[in-house]
Amino acid sequence: MTNRQSRPSFQLARMIEIHHLSKHFGPKVAVDNLSLTVQKGQVLGFLGPNGAGKSTTMRMITGYLPPSAGSITIGGVDMLDNPNTAKAKIGYLPESAPLYADMTVAGFLSFAAELRGLSGAAKKAAVEKAITTCFLEKVRSQSIDTLSKGYRHRTCLAQAIIHDPEVLILDEPTDGLDPNQKDVVRNLIKEMGKTKAIIFSTHILEEVEACCTRAVIIDQGKVVADGTPDELKRRALRAGSVHVKITGPGAASLAGDLARLGHAGRIEDPVTADDSFQGTVYPKAKTATGALTTEIYDLCRNRNLTLSELHEEPGRLDDMFRELTSQNQV
Amino acid sequence: MRHISIIFKRELAAYFNNPLAYVLIIIFSVLSMGLTFVIGKFLDLNDASLTNFFLFHPWIYMIFGPAIGMRLWSEEHRMGTTELLLTMPISPWEAIVGKFLAACVVLAAALLSTIPIVVTVYILGSPDGQMIFSGYLGSFLIGAATIAITCAISALTRSQISCLLISVFICFLLVLAGFPSVADFLRPTAPWLADLGNAISLWWHQSEMARGLVRLQSLAYLTTLIAFCLYLTSVIIRSKRA
Repeated sequence: MTNRQSRPSFQLARMIEIHHLSKHFGPKVAVDNLSLTVQKGQVLGFLGPNGAGKSTTMRMITGYLPPSAGSITIGGVDMLDNPNTAKAKIGYLPESAPLYADMTVAGFLSFAAELRGLSGAAKKAAVEKAITTCFLEKVRSQSIDTLSKGYRHRTCLAQAIIHDPEVLILDEPTDGLDPNQKDVVRNLIKEMGKTKAIIFSTHILEEVEACCTRAVIIDQGKVVADGTPDELKRRALRAGSVHVKITGPGAASLAGDLARLGHAGRIEDPVTADDSFQGTVYPKAKTATGALTTEIYDLCRNRNLTLSELHEEPGRLDDMFRELTSQNQV
Repeated sequence: MRHISIIFKRELAAYFNNPLAYVLIIIFSVLSMGLTFVIGKFLDLNDASLTNFFLFHPWIYMIFGPAIGMRLWSEEHRMGTTELLLTMPISPWEAIVGKFLAACVVLAAALLSTIPIVVTVYILGSPDGQMIFSGYLGSFLIGAATIAITCAISALTRSQISCLLISVFICFLLVLAGFPSVADFLRPTAPWLADLGNAISLWWHQSEMARGLVRLQSLAYLTTLIAFCLYLTSVIIRSKRA
């Protein structure tokens, strides 16, 4: 560990670099001039509505689809110039986790290991490790067509990590799994993310908060947001707004005073009764986290009013997602 | 080479883990020998030669080749494993050749299962060994050609049945093109067309080799046809991704 800490540049190695990547299917533009860099130690959550171009982008990164324009570099190797060297650095879990149904779990993993250039004792060790990591011991000699969806998914994931790749591309790795299995896979991703560069796509926003160090939202083939999950949350419309319920003499006429606070912007949904005021105060600017809350608290204390509810909205990723991706739909 | 052998072994296991390969081999064996005895009147001819036996092969391959080859890529497309295979650090041509060779082993096994008829002619008379060899060589090459054609078609579709029907149709045309009745019909009006029909016909090449005539022309045509179909497969696979 000390060794790694003393070499911070090692941590910042750019593992996945894509520049001005585009993909056209006939007249349809699936991916539009997309650029991304993922470093070692980063887990990038790839978000976007259906048809946004997530899978197409991943298929280009893994060398399955040739891009219409742009470049892809994996660990310094150009995917278009040296596809086999670049592919060797990647582990890939395609959407829907395809497998050879006629093989057993161990047989399939052994086949994948051979294609990855492993043989003999190294191959055996890699298969065993993948089986243990993905909790496949129970089904190791079972035929793949008899497996449940959860096991199938994990078998395909095991195939992706069998050669201990530097880069992992996972297309909806938790799709179709039950909550326990989702948890297992998320923890796996989080753990592996410490030493690899990972891109995984998902529709589940809580998953991004749970295991990503960075989130990228794409819509219609373009990046519309890029940042840590916290940063993105703070950019949501409701982020930083403060919901209050204030009671006491004179509380009913408080709206004007609240709006005049230094950090306050508009007030929404005000409800006034005899001696109470309820509503949501939005901050003028999103940068001053907490300042608005403090101001409201001080105002109430100075006037001897009771603050029966005070809640600052931290912002929600799904709000952010909806705001960014819904404008262009329907 | 290593990658070809890995793919080859997997495909071969896939064939023989499935009853289909055994069923096809048995059908080939029964049909090829049965037709020779019943329609070809093998015993009545009183001739220690397998020419008639080999002449039935193109007709059987017309269906047998596509039946072996239809799963090669259609099944990968249907299961989605094409994406898995082509994101491995291997070249598409290695996968194509590995798969084709595995299908050829099924073909070779089917030919081996016809050994009883060879034993029969040796018991009943003294046949020309070279003729039998050239018959088997021609038969293998023609079978391999029907598999290569099917391989290319299977890269086009995820439906094995569509692949089977289209491939059978193409193989049917290629067998028929040089069949005597077709050639005789064409010759008076367009002799060049009859020659062309012979040159591309699987049946015509087989009829020559079944008589012991191994021409360079036949070998060149059949190997070129196979190589072209395998190349076509790689073009189809590439264009499907673009």
